[in-house]
Amino acid sequence: KPFVDVSKSPFSTDEEKTDFESITTYNNFYEFGTSKQDPAINATAFPDSSQPWKVVIDGECDKPGTYDYEDLIKPFTLEERIYRMRCVEGWSMVIPWIGFPLADLLKKAQPNSNAKFVEFTTLYDPKQMPGQRRAVLDWPYVEGLRIDEAMNPLTLLSVGLYGKELLGQNGAPIRLVVPWKYGFKGIKSIVRIRFVEEMPQTAWMKANAREYGFYSNVNPDVDHPRWSQAKERRIGEFLKRKTLMFNGYGEQVADLYAGMDLKRYF
Amino acid sequence: MQAWILNVISEQRLSAKTKANVVKTLLFIVCLLPLIYLVWGLLTDNLGANPVETLTRSSGLWALRFLLITLLVSPIRWYTGLTAIVKYRRMLGLYAFFYASVHMLLYLGLDQLFDIQDIWKDILKRPFITVGFISFILLLPLVMTSTNKMMKRLGGKRWKRLHRLTYVIATLSCVHFLMLVKADIREPIIYMILLSFLFSIRLFHSLNKKKLVSR
Repeated sequence: KPFVDVSKSPFSTDEEKTDFESITTYNNFYEFGTSKQDPAINATAFPDSSQPWKVVIDGECDKPGTYDYEDLIKPFTLEERIYRMRCVEGWSMVIPWIGFPLADLLKKAQPNSNAKFVEFTTLYDPKQMPGQRRAVLDWPYVEGLRIDEAMNPLTLLSVGLYGKELLGQNGAPIRLVVPWKYGFKGIKSIVRIRFVEEMPQTAWMKANAREYGFYSNVNPDVDHPRWSQAKERRIGEFLKRKTLMFNGYGEQVADLYAGMDLKRYF
Repeated sequence: MQAWILNVISEQRLSAKTKANVVKTLLFIVCLLPLIYLVWGLLTDNLGANPVETLTRSSGLWALRFLLITLLVSPIRWYTGLTAIVKYRRMLGLYAFFYASVHMLLYLGLDQLFDIQDIWKDILKRPFITVGFISFILLLPLVMTSTNKMMKRLGGKRWKRLHRLTYVIATLSCVHFLMLVKADIREPIIYMILLSFLFSIRLFHSLNKKKLVSR
């Protein structure tokens, strides 16, 4: 189902977009297998249309609730955001997302003063997600943001790309996009959004805390312990290009980290 | 008529040497197939969204596979009596080096743009690069002593001892593979199991040989 009347955004980049084929066949989505091609193969029927998709919003807020996907997105104006996406593995894409600011949804739930972080959870259903039958990660996948990161206007809840609804491999029906952080922070196929007081333990922190930190901001000066983060290969290009601080979104987000030692809080 | 037939048959009965050459040529082509497949995939845009990654990964994997195949030659010789296959081991070993070189060149060129300073920093800083680099360097003395002339000059015993470096290289290559994986270690573990199997055969064989001698 295509989206019509989607507004443009001043946050969009005018860099050349990565082709649809690459965006939908080269995916890290371990719930559907650990190779890049697996998700496109194993997620063709995802999500099962006979089961309505529900999202729970709860935790430290005054208006918790459980929403059907359709009801959840109905109040919001969808816009197109063309964002750079930098994977922690050293490759990048430019993706025209369709979505709405996460902040709009969070405000509706009215978080209280204890809400210091937001925790996101992916569906756990090994029947639909065959990758979950192996303990590659501690399922379900969990991600988190500090409340001010979550409220930043760049942070997007995405429901589509290239004008069409998200495919299973890209995190249908609804996923997070945080363009200044490594791609794995953009949790896919979300079923729960919870306001919490303590910093959430994310799936990758649990897998390897030394290598994957809570913040995971794109930073060419802080290397992954096993590979350099100074350069990246843009999908479609042969030679590597330089990685930009905060993936080039410093103007919008650098303030969030003023005075923080980004080597320590990686 | 009969004489003519006999003549054809004797011409067809190739000498052992020509036969070996035919096998060698065939083997040479077979070993080249992975490269042909990759180049073909590159030219027809069939290597996925990240062709450089596919090329780097595949060439590295083929280097490791050829190392293991090379290590399979002796066990086959011991337990099947096909002694002639040792003639083809050199080519297999050199192919391991060939694919390792392609792997290395892709890293040096397309990842590091031949920036010597960056490369050196990377080798010192990142253990999986260090391990991969060492195993490539260790291949060099083996390649240099792969000719008949060098074999003779070193003497069979010393040559053999030097070429046991293959065990170290294969082990380091498996470790290099294991260290670069993010979470799913299944594939490198499979190669490690294959390698330990090859090592066990050797251990078993040498223990048996000692038993025979002491008897």
